[in-house]
Amino acid sequence: MTNFLQVLLVGIGDGAVYAMLGLGLVVIYRATGLLNFSQGELSMFATFIVWTLWTVGMPLPLAVLGGMAGGFLIGAIIQRLIVRPVGDPHEKPLAVVIVTIGLFLGVNGAAQLIWGTLDRNLDPLFGAGQVEIGGVAVAWQKIGAVIVLAVMVFLFWLLFQKTKLGLAMRATASNSESAALVGVPVQKLLMLGWGLSAAVGAIAGVFTAPNLGLGSNLMQLTLIFGFAAITLGGFDSLVGAVVGGMVVGILTSVLPQYLEIFQKMRLAPAFILILLVLLFRPQGLFGRKQVSRV
Amino acid sequence: MSLLEVHGLRAGYGIVEVLFGLDFEVDAGEVVVVLGANGSGKTTTLRSISGMLPARGSVQLDGSEILGKSPDQMVGLGMAHVPQGRGTITDLTVDENLRIGAFTRKDKEVESDIERWYEVFPRLGERKTQDAGSMSGGEQQMLAIARAFMSRPRLLLLDEPSLGLAPIITQGVFQRLREVTVETGTAVLLVEQNANLALDFAARGYVLEAGQIVAQGTAEELQSDTAIQDAYLGM
Repeated sequence: MTNFLQVLLVGIGDGAVYAMLGLGLVVIYRATGLLNFSQGELSMFATFIVWTLWTVGMPLPLAVLGGMAGGFLIGAIIQRLIVRPVGDPHEKPLAVVIVTIGLFLGVNGAAQLIWGTLDRNLDPLFGAGQVEIGGVAVAWQKIGAVIVLAVMVFLFWLLFQKTKLGLAMRATASNSESAALVGVPVQKLLMLGWGLSAAVGAIAGVFTAPNLGLGSNLMQLTLIFGFAAITLGGFDSLVGAVVGGMVVGILTSVLPQYLEIFQKMRLAPAFILILLVLLFRPQGLFGRKQVSRV
Repeated sequence: MSLLEVHGLRAGYGIVEVLFGLDFEVDAGEVVVVLGANGSGKTTTLRSISGMLPARGSVQLDGSEILGKSPDQMVGLGMAHVPQGRGTITDLTVDENLRIGAFTRKDKEVESDIERWYEVFPRLGERKTQDAGSMSGGEQQMLAIARAFMSRPRLLLLDEPSLGLAPIITQGVFQRLREVTVETGTAVLLVEQNANLALDFAARGYVLEAGQIVAQGTAEELQSDTAIQDAYLGM
């Protein structure tokens, strides 16, 4: 039983990180209507900015804020200089999605060029300490991840549901032409969406790096888990990203304990989950079912 | 000086020219219709004016040149455009669709305007929390008109509101439009294939054929012109 609790809590901690990356994906989906395959790489790049600021002597919490600001700028600049010229995501969704795959490679290469190919060490944001819960030692870092995740979800919920800006972002994602026709500066909001999701990416990366080591492939596995999370939760649902992230985290932590086959195939539960959801509930647990009448 | 003055408007898609130099105007508070068959360039005309399509020539709103501005800038200048096919923002609720219509406004009367539109179109009020995409075509057309009016435009561009609607629904929509434009003093540039209905609503009209204006006059003149009747009014 203690063993089960142990892997369950580890799963929740991992799941919080998958949920953070999932949040970044949901934010960009809600702002632009697209999946962003470069989300993990933007997250990795922003985490390197955190590492650089921290290495030159900035306290880690400040460095994280700096990394978020840097990530925001880079996301916004990428939208302005690379994504926007390709065209309207509603008219050419495939072209824009393929650009995000290209960005995956480009951002990864840029990170290797700037920071080299060696893995770097980043201290845990909440320290290396542990606390005992039900006879199981849990790292403060994992508890911190859950708390930070809750704050992020709340802030994004406020933005999307309670502000005019958030409403405009949702309108842009749903129908950019109609949004422009009521006066929404569509391109500026798309830029904002890219910036915000890259800023969120910095946080996801900061919670991943202490475990895995900070290298250019930091978020590649996490991105797959993030995709599984939002597929389960629903591409457009903040709560869905959290629930989905937790389920994926717990499954990938618990299943290998009891089913030997998953010890060698850590990604398998995520893929099986994606497949099952797409087969039986394509809109995810909390996603909006697309209803369109003409 | 008219509210909207268009001179030598030319536009097209790629190398295909659609409009060959249009001249027309709309006065403040006036309802003007552009009639024409499928493919004559009616929708292109509206898209050129609202900045959705690059165009050449001159388009002046209140005497200032606006050609080349983006659609979202046009809204701030007092223009609203209901696009063909209604442009429903399907993932937002009916209420949110109206709210986003007021995006450029900073005043405190947005809420009371929304309530006002629920009185004009009670169907919308009954469905305010429903996803806009799940409504019928007629309801979506009502929503599109109300959303456009939420920006309190001085000029409304309205593209084929009758498209795909049952005649009885279309008549109801036009009846409401008539009342609202009179009440708010909004000028309307309407594009329609249903010429009889449009000429009942409009004060003046232009007839577009293959990208050129081939006739113009007051609604009465156009209605009594036998050549136009044969070609466009189906009488």
